[in-house]
Amino acid sequence: MKKTSIASVLSSQGVLIALAALILFGWLRYDHFLGLFNITSVLRYNSMFALVSLGMCFVIMTGGIDLSVGATAALGSVVSALLSPYGTMAGTLGGVGAGLCIGLINGFVIVRLRILPFIATLAAMLAANGAALLLAGDQSVSVSYDSGFTDLGQGDFYNIPIPALIAAILYVVGSIVLNFTSSGRTVLAIGGNEDASRMMGLPVNRIKFLVYVVSGGLSGLAGVILASQFGAGQPIEGVGWELFAIASVVVGGTLLTGGLGSVGATLAGVMLLGLIFNVLNFENGMGFISLSAYWQSVIRGVFLLIVVILQSQLTGRAERVEAR
Amino acid sequence: MSQVQTQGPTAATRRIDALAAVMRYSTLGALVALLIFNVLFTRHFLAMQTLDVNLTQVAAIVIVGVGMTLVIATGGIDLSVGSLMAISGAIAPIIFLNKVFNIGEIHLAVAVAMIVAVLLAGAFGWFNGWLITRFRIQPIIATLVLFIAGRGIAQVMTNGNLQPFKLDAFQWIGLGRLFAITDVYRGLPIQVAIMIVLVVVAAWVLKRSLFGRQILAIGGNERAARLSGVPVAQVKRWVYCISGLCAGVAGLVVIAINSSSDANQVGLGMELDAIAAVAVGGTLLSGGRATITGTLIGALIIQLVRYTMLANGVPDDVAKLAKAALIVAAVWLQGQGRA
Repeated sequence: MKKTSIASVLSSQGVLIALAALILFGWLRYDHFLGLFNITSVLRYNSMFALVSLGMCFVIMTGGIDLSVGATAALGSVVSALLSPYGTMAGTLGGVGAGLCIGLINGFVIVRLRILPFIATLAAMLAANGAALLLAGDQSVSVSYDSGFTDLGQGDFYNIPIPALIAAILYVVGSIVLNFTSSGRTVLAIGGNEDASRMMGLPVNRIKFLVYVVSGGLSGLAGVILASQFGAGQPIEGVGWELFAIASVVVGGTLLTGGLGSVGATLAGVMLLGLIFNVLNFENGMGFISLSAYWQSVIRGVFLLIVVILQSQLTGRAERVEAR
Repeated sequence: MSQVQTQGPTAATRRIDALAAVMRYSTLGALVALLIFNVLFTRHFLAMQTLDVNLTQVAAIVIVGVGMTLVIATGGIDLSVGSLMAISGAIAPIIFLNKVFNIGEIHLAVAVAMIVAVLLAGAFGWFNGWLITRFRIQPIIATLVLFIAGRGIAQVMTNGNLQPFKLDAFQWIGLGRLFAITDVYRGLPIQVAIMIVLVVVAAWVLKRSLFGRQILAIGGNERAARLSGVPVAQVKRWVYCISGLCAGVAGLVVIAINSSSDANQVGLGMELDAIAAVAVGGTLLSGGRATITGTLIGALIIQLVRYTMLANGVPDDVAKLAKAALIVAAVWLQGQGRA
């Protein structure tokens, strides 16, 4: 047991060390890396991924997976753009509501119909994509600029981008829920051993249902921010977001088999992945290398690969020690 | 007393067999119902051209679905197939358009291009299997790596550009015909022939060969299979390699039909189509029971549902919703059959 926690500490500290090293590297190498503009734009852009990853983190901790987050975010962005003329509140509620609907469907299909999470959410990805295209009429939907809806994504609060503020608050809430509430502990218990949790009388079905609903809602919110930040609801956006989210969660040391995880480390994972692309942009700007945007997905994949292999080595060692 | 004991299990098995039979025929029944509906309501459905269009469109799904069936039979999953199609589709034109090195004889160039493309996809498939067996990474995550990176690799190879070509020597794989009868029948499309051969061979392998039995044994109970001497890691690596090879072939077929290779588009969403075909066909997603002919029928159903909707004026977006519902319903029914 002791060894497992050492492995987990190692993998969660690993991401912080890597993050610190990357920031140091960027600070030493580029002039404007720690400038206000770069920091706020990185935070503003990555807050969407942070929200999606937070939901994914809870889902993965129960031992499940949600492949529909990207398409759900796209659906949320379309719905909020359509409702944006009626005000910021209507747009936000609409986008989040659309996400919650997909989450409810996921939860129902996985818990009640007992369908494997990846199949259920893969189908939901297709459905959300279809619904988004249908609502948007196969093109991007411009938001209303009169209702103040765009302030949500583009505005600042004392120099802090509002999307980053929203993400930060939700991460604090998520961390409290995970660590200090019985629901949060149940999430980890389910991931650790679902049958045992059931036998102990924990509300397994309710919690599993809830994590998918939360993931859907957060994806919808990410979609709202997407729409207000870029001024349009984009039905075909969100491709590959699920992978970004899964990679962030895994980089943060959350076990893909569930039962162990940290909300804070997930945020560090998001920042690490986001900053890697930021550094690549700077490097391109300096003209020493010229990597096309297509390298991003290769690098993302290689990164996920390294982390997953490291994780399997660490947990493998922990298991062997435990077995002894 | 002993009689009762023997009777219990037999009755139960019989019921499960009956359910399995119902499941098998319900998929076939759904296909027949779709066909009848189309004959009655879709105009020009019985025209040769309609059959042709549907068969040429479904071939790529079935080719990938054959590999996917074997992977799922071991209890795994392969999300990387679409990206591997893009890789194979990207590398082949690079070779036969002589972008890297010049091969004078065009038929030789095409042969090299095809072999290299398919083998490269197979090598990536092998890599998937290696990750899964060497590091014990769950298949869904291990293949996710190439799902992301694979398309990126294809895009980097082509710099994201479209590669147009017009080369009959290569395009016979997507446009060629066999057994044509002049003026009566345009002939069997080559990719449909490839599909049929693959289905027959894979069905035989799964049912009759040692390799097939080992695949099903691993999917049924991996621990038991290992203890009884099945070379689990080796079989799994081969299965993912075969899935990669199938994806490679499908990638060639798709670019040949399109007369161009677009790394951003080739094989996009194919993993879902293939998994759906496998699931609708009645293969257990948890492994241990698989049917190749079921996958063929499943792919035909998915294709026909989409065709029926589009031919009757339903927008493509709604067809997507219907496909999602179909997948969930099929998997749910499958779970009912097991319970």
